[in-house]
Parts: sequence; structure tokens; C-alpha cells
Amino acid sequence: MSNLSARSIPERIPTSRVTRNLANLAVGVAFYAGLAIAFLVIGLPTYWVAIGALKAPNEIYTVPSTWWPLQPQWTNFSKAWVAAPFPIMFANSLTVTIASTAAKLVNAIFCAYAFAFINIPGRTVAFVAVLGALMIPEEVTILPNYLTISSLGYINSVSGLIMPTVGSAFATFFLRQAFLALPREVLDAAKVDGAGHLQTLWHVVLPLAQPVLATLVLLTAVARWNDFLWPLVATSQATTRTLPVGVYFLFNQEGSTEWGVVLAGTILVVAPIIVLFLMVQRHLVEGIASGAVKG
Amino acid sequence: MRVGVPNRSATAPLLNVRGRDAITFAMFVTPNFLAIGLFSYWPLFRNFLLSFTYWDMIAPEPIWVGVDNWIEVFTSTTFPVIFRNTFTFTTVSVGATLVFALGAALLLNQPLRARDIVRATLFAPAILPGSAVALVWTFLLAPNFGLVSQAAVAVGFPTVRYLNDPSWAMPAVLLVVVWRRVGYDAVIFLAGLQSISKDLYEAARVDGANAWQRFRHVTIPGLGPVAFFLLVTSILASFQSFDVIRVMTAGGPVIATRTLIYQVYQEAFGAFNAGRAAVYATILFGLMLSVTIIQIRMVERRVTYE
Repeated sequence: MSNLSARSIPERIPTSRVTRNLANLAVGVAFYAGLAIAFLVIGLPTYWVAIGALKAPNEIYTVPSTWWPLQPQWTNFSKAWVAAPFPIMFANSLTVTIASTAAKLVNAIFCAYAFAFINIPGRTVAFVAVLGALMIPEEVTILPNYLTISSLGYINSVSGLIMPTVGSAFATFFLRQAFLALPREVLDAAKVDGAGHLQTLWHVVLPLAQPVLATLVLLTAVARWNDFLWPLVATSQATTRTLPVGVYFLFNQEGSTEWGVVLAGTILVVAPIIVLFLMVQRHLVEGIASGAVKG
Repeated sequence: MRVGVPNRSATAPLLNVRGRDAITFAMFVTPNFLAIGLFSYWPLFRNFLLSFTYWDMIAPEPIWVGVDNWIEVFTSTTFPVIFRNTFTFTTVSVGATLVFALGAALLLNQPLRARDIVRATLFAPAILPGSAVALVWTFLLAPNFGLVSQAAVAVGFPTVRYLNDPSWAMPAVLLVVVWRRVGYDAVIFLAGLQSISKDLYEAARVDGANAWQRFRHVTIPGLGPVAFFLLVTSILASFQSFDVIRVMTAGGPVIATRTLIYQVYQEAFGAFNAGRAAVYATILFGLMLSVTIIQIRMVERRVTYE
């Protein structure tokens, strides 16, 4: 980059180099100012919440606020842990996320493989039927799905939380695109070698599509973990709630009297996702970005 | 004649393969079709049916009332408010998100050592649960002791109960929704910026284009497809925004922050009126479908003319 721009400045016009340097300086200043604002907008709230989680109730209501907790209240965390109750909600969130992501992905993998590689009459019609489901968001189906799950007797159960989420339209579409982009020769070679569809899928397609699958697993898992509307309506007991709903009820319980406990609970909910995100952020961010630009 | 024999025996298994393919196809797609049928298509249809009934979900059967619910909704004083709220919420959140995201992406597109860290920091709010983010901001926006309130007072503004004030509740919710989404859109804008060929900038520079002209004639057209993608996905996402509103204002004060999706929830699980909830859900579906159809049309047109 710097080589390119250096080469592009004609050596014989020195005045343009001066204006150019001034322009570069302006861009630089704007750049670091923007960066500072961005960090302030994200960093300051984060810091404020972190110290808030360690403050005693009377300290939280003191104006002007302290910038460091006078006496760190680590008990806020244990109070939140018990009040929520966190262990069971964490288990619920984990079960729902894993089961729902796995079922969705298995559905998507088989369906996408069929759409991409098994050529039978009527395939296009079937594919359009799946595409159509892309336009039916969860929010629109919430009441009928509640009625269905409730008539099956699965309200207030982890199974009931999982069931409406196992179908897959977006992941099927996304994977089919990825499968079609795989090198044709390798697939043909597998066919020539006499590999059946299951063998081709398992030994050729899935290993080749690994990066796309990883992105898809992450996207699906994050969406499932954060899901709010369905777990809110499909549960009415603390023991079947997931964390995003649980932390909201912790706020309703403790309300504005125990902000320290609520904030501690919020941190407990957010921490596992932040840790996971730090581990996979490069892959996740780049996967999303390239998917959007190509697609 | 002799050549024909092996040929014929080769076609026989070929037909079998086709038959086996059909069975494999059916086995591969059926589970997904059942799930989609039961939890996407059937609910859509059932919403439509329910919209012509009165049902409190306690009585054994819904009662057929024809188009009463539709008339009731369209003639109510609530509907225009909800429509206006949804319109404000969508246009402001999408507009502000895209503008800030583009700005952030342009900044991040400069050569910078710590770009990955900055990018990850910006992106992080998008992957956090909306309810947790909403709680954080409920705390920051709290009257008197909240960070925002203290900052406002410090520069001479009066303290406001942002989430309980009819004219402040919507801006407060919008702030949080935008805050949460900007990083996600910025990352995609950034990828779009980086996919624009460096040669184009070089050519423009050789032709004597200044920074603004390069932005106007190279960057903006180059970002077109990405910007359009983001516009559509952001509009659809804003129609689906529920958790932040639920936690911060519960649609209030009164109905100041009630959007279509919130109204569906409210009618179904607050008022237990399945018929009216189904009307609002069907309207919401119609809106989202229109946006998607417009998107498909636009993409088709671009493909044909290029």
C-alpha cells in the first residue's frame, strides 16, 4: 500500500507533496479521533458496568459516582448466582444451544447436499419451498408455535425450547451455495471411484466445506444462545429458563434496589460468550464478512 | 449387435441409480421439510386462519368472526401509533446504523497495527444477548445516578427519566439498538471496502481525482452491492427487534415504543387475544415479504443490466 502511493506521487511536483502531507495529517487526526470515540462508546459503558457490579447499593445511588468501588462487593456475584438460579439456567442454555445447533446443522447438511448433488425431477420446486421459509421469521410464527408446542405438552420443557428451532432454511441455502462452489473434479473422482452419496458427503464434501461449516456452527450457536422471544413465551418457571431470559427476570426480581446484583448477573451471562468470542473472533468476523460480500 | 449387449446391461443399473437417487433425496430432505412445514409454513397459515376468529386461548375452540379483527385493528387508534412507531424505529435505526457503520469502516480501512483488536471490539456488542445489553443500558440511562444522566447534568441539561418519558423512550431504545448493530454492519462494510480493487483508486488518482472524488466515484459505487445487502438485512432485523424493547421499556411508556413485533407479543401473551395477535403477525409478515420481494427484484435487475 505505502509503496504504491509513494510511487504514484510524481517527483517533479513538490507542492503536491506538501498538500498531500497535510491531507494525510488530517486523515490521521480524524482517524485517531474516530478511534478514540469508538473506544469511549464501548469501553466506558463496559468499565461502568464492571465497577457497578462491585458496588454496594448505597454507593451506586451516590452522585457524583465513584470511579472505583470503595469496598468491592464480590458477594454481588454469589447473590446473583443463587438468585437467578444460574447453574440450572446455564445448563438449559447449553443444552438448548447444542441440541438445536446440531439438529439444524444436520438437517441443513443433508438437505443442502441433496439440492446440490442429487439431480432428480422436482428438485427446483423442493428448493424453492425451502427458500420460501427464509421469508417466515420466528417472530411471525410465535403464537401458532406456542399453540402447537403447548398442545404437544412441551411448554416449560427443554424439548419445547428446542423443537421449533430445528428446521433450517438459511443454513440450507448457505451450505448449498458453498457445496456448489466446491471443486467439481474431486466430486467427479469420488463418483468414478464408486462412492455412494453418504460416502461422498462424509469423505469428500464435509472435509472440503469445513471452514464454511465452522462459520455456520458459530452463527447458529450464537443466535440460539441469545434467543429471547421464544424462551420467554415457552417457559414460565425459573427452572426451564435460559440465561438471556433468566437475567431479565433477575432484573425484575431485584429491580432497581439491587443494581449491583443485576449487573453481576449480567456479567455472568455475558462472560462465557466473550471468552468464546475472543477464541474464535477472527474466524467468525471474517466468515461473516466474506459471506456477505460474496453472497 | 455384439456391442449392444454390454450397452444394454449398462443402462439397466443406471435406471436403478436414478431410482436410488430419488430415495436418497427423499431421505435427505424429509426431516428438514417436516420441521419447516410444521414450524414455519403451518404457523403462517394458522395465523391467517386465526385472524378471522376470536379466541382467548382458554376456550376449547376459536369462534369464527369473519373480518371483524381486521376491521377492529385498522379502525383502532392504536394501529396508526404502532405503524408510526415501527416506521420511526426502522428508518432511524437502519439509517443511523448504516451511516455510523460506514464511518467506522472507512476509519478501519486505514493501515493500522491494531486493526483486528479494534474490529473485534466494535463487533462484540452484536454477539451479546440483547437482554443483557438492554440491562446494561437501562443502568447507564437510569435517572440521576446513571452515567448518561450525570454527563447530561455536567454539561447543563436537566436530568430526565429517559425510559419513562414518552418523548425520550424511543430515542433511548434506538440508541441501544444502533449501538448493538453498528459493529456488525461496519465489519461487512469493511470487507466490502477491501474488495474494491486498488487499481481503481490508482487510476482515479492518475486522472487527478481528489480524495472526495475518489470516494464519490470509486468507493460509493464499489460499495453498492454490500450497502444494499446491509440495508435489506438491517430493515428485516429491525422488524424483528424485540428483546431490547421488552427489557428497557416493555413497549411503554403507554405505547410509545410499541412496534409491530411487540404488538404481536402483547396481543398474544399480554391480552390473550389470539385473533388480533394473528392479524398483527400477518401484517408483519406482509411487510417483511414486501421488503424481500423488492430485494429480489433489485438484485435481478442489477444482474440483467450488468
